[in-house]
Amino acid sequence: MSSFAVMSVQAWTYILVGVSFALYIGIAIWSRAGSTKEFYVAGGGVSPLANGMATAADWMSAASFISMAGIISFMGYDGAVYLMGWTGGYVLLALLLAPYLRKFGKFTVPDFIGDRYYSSTARIVAVICALIVSFTYVAGQMRGVGVVFSRFLEVDINTGVIIGMVIVLFYAVLGGMKGITYTQVAQYCVLIFAFMVPAIFISIQMTGNPIPQLGMGGTLSDGSGVYLLDKLNGLSRELGFAEYTEGSKSLIDVFAITLALMVGTAGLPHVIVRFFTVPRVKDARKSAGLALLFIVILYTTAPAVSVFARTNLIETVSGKPYSEMPEWFTNWETTGLLDFTDKNDDGLIQYVADEERNELQIDNDIMVLANPEIARLPNWVIALVAAGGLAAALSTAAGLLLVISTSVSHDLVKKQLKPDMSEKNELWVARGSAALAVIIAAYFGINPPGFVAAVVALAFGLAAASFFPAIILGIFYKRMNREGAVSGMVIGILLMLFYMMKFKFDLFGGGTEADWWFGISPEGFGMVAMIVNFAVALLVSRFTPAPPEEVQDIVENIRVPGEIR
Amino acid sequence: MTSKQKSKAYWKENVRYLAILLLIWFLVSYGAGILFKDTLNTVRIGGFELGFWFAQQGSMYVFVILIFVYVRLMNRLDKKYGYDE
Repeated sequence: MSSFAVMSVQAWTYILVGVSFALYIGIAIWSRAGSTKEFYVAGGGVSPLANGMATAADWMSAASFISMAGIISFMGYDGAVYLMGWTGGYVLLALLLAPYLRKFGKFTVPDFIGDRYYSSTARIVAVICALIVSFTYVAGQMRGVGVVFSRFLEVDINTGVIIGMVIVLFYAVLGGMKGITYTQVAQYCVLIFAFMVPAIFISIQMTGNPIPQLGMGGTLSDGSGVYLLDKLNGLSRELGFAEYTEGSKSLIDVFAITLALMVGTAGLPHVIVRFFTVPRVKDARKSAGLALLFIVILYTTAPAVSVFARTNLIETVSGKPYSEMPEWFTNWETTGLLDFTDKNDDGLIQYVADEERNELQIDNDIMVLANPEIARLPNWVIALVAAGGLAAALSTAAGLLLVISTSVSHDLVKKQLKPDMSEKNELWVARGSAALAVIIAAYFGINPPGFVAAVVALAFGLAAASFFPAIILGIFYKRMNREGAVSGMVIGILLMLFYMMKFKFDLFGGGTEADWWFGISPEGFGMVAMIVNFAVALLVSRFTPAPPEEVQDIVENIRVPGEIR
Repeated sequence: MTSKQKSKAYWKENVRYLAILLLIWFLVSYGAGILFKDTLNTVRIGGFELGFWFAQQGSMYVFVILIFVYVRLMNRLDKKYGYDE
């Protein structure tokens, strides 16, 4: 009986993953890129709705889909830094960046920086920043693909990474931005369906309310009339954890991390470039709104899933005999993501805040992946989660790889090394660098450097410390010149890298939490580095010559949609 | 109005909208969700403490609304100045 149940989850997984992969490949063949414009920006003719969905899929990575709800369920209130940080940035993007960059109408962020600051040094600095940010980010996606494959398809993690890479290689190299955009539309549909179905099931089970966002604040369906959040606060207190709705980070750190993530989101090249793909300025504004709407559907559901999963988990395991644990428990133990050591040999599971007595180690990722099993949902729902996790990881990886290949073929080779290259050759260089980037990413997926997880969160700090001020000042401050922008970007990103290496990797003398500057963690330090970037840029520009007349005209021009007449 | 004056006036109105919308953006997230969370938590709506609700739900709904309000305002402004493409 039980082996039959496992078999059919696997059969379902093969069917759902297989069908979704076939769909992605079909779309890729249908939407091959014929020109560099199609390869870089999908020909600039994507509808706001399609772009909104594609942006949402691009944005929501393996981390959003697999890890975020789990992380929040362990962080409680503090999890808000991710929720607000990764959505609030879209307000900045829609109001301060997207419309003007669309009007500017080139292909990449380094294009804008290079032209606006009339300098190939500025362009190269921007290319390097884009490559650092994108590579740190893409390595994290590969691990997500590996985890899903190893648990649900029971293949080796390395085989999983290679299968995923071949699929991405196929549609990114063939279709460029055009292929990626339309596969991302399909991937959004797969991932949002896969996330919502189990959430709705569990919400009904626990609170009787089919809308998870409301169920989270509702009463338990066991007839006790107790609010779910009160129950969870009570359970957390009993086990010695901080109250769920209180959290444990300091106010300044919560503030700093939220701001660094928001500003970083608005400065990520793979997100910004999506707004080059729509036809008009007004489409850029609208598609930013639609993108956020599609993202918020998942992001408001995730904290509800966190509450359901945390409550379910504590009730299932805490103080219960190990011998009576359900099948999912042992399944996840074999992957190493769940670990029980019976320290006091009583055969019961002690799950408490006190490290000395705690007997259960739980990896964040389990909370979403095992949630349907913990809640005893049907097998097809469990399989759906695997297909959704893969859609999330692949769509983000593809978007990042495109930024990497564009940076190389367009910003470096075409603009710096071989300006007289024909369009046809440029397209081939773009395809070649996409292929190379995929291979490098696969290498990192198979041999993940130990610091990947730490670095992914810091990619936002790096984007906040480098691009965001340079772009904002380029649009809103006409007087900003080359000297100011370049020194701001260089000092900003170096300061961020220094802080990251000091407190994350123990270089430059290392340091502990007590040594943090202003009590701000490395994750939140992007806020400080961004402020320093702004300050340096403004100061340097005061003492150096104003930008030439034609550059000031560019600024005038991008501020209004359409022709100035 | 010359074309230069027109684009200046358009830009000024745009910046004013931005200032107002970003103030709201700041108030719901950093204000209600972080700085004044503890005070707001004394108010409850159903099972939610209000500060916690803003931090994990409410601010995100407001973000979406803000962008769509901006889209509407700007579409009107584009028409007013004849910049609609």
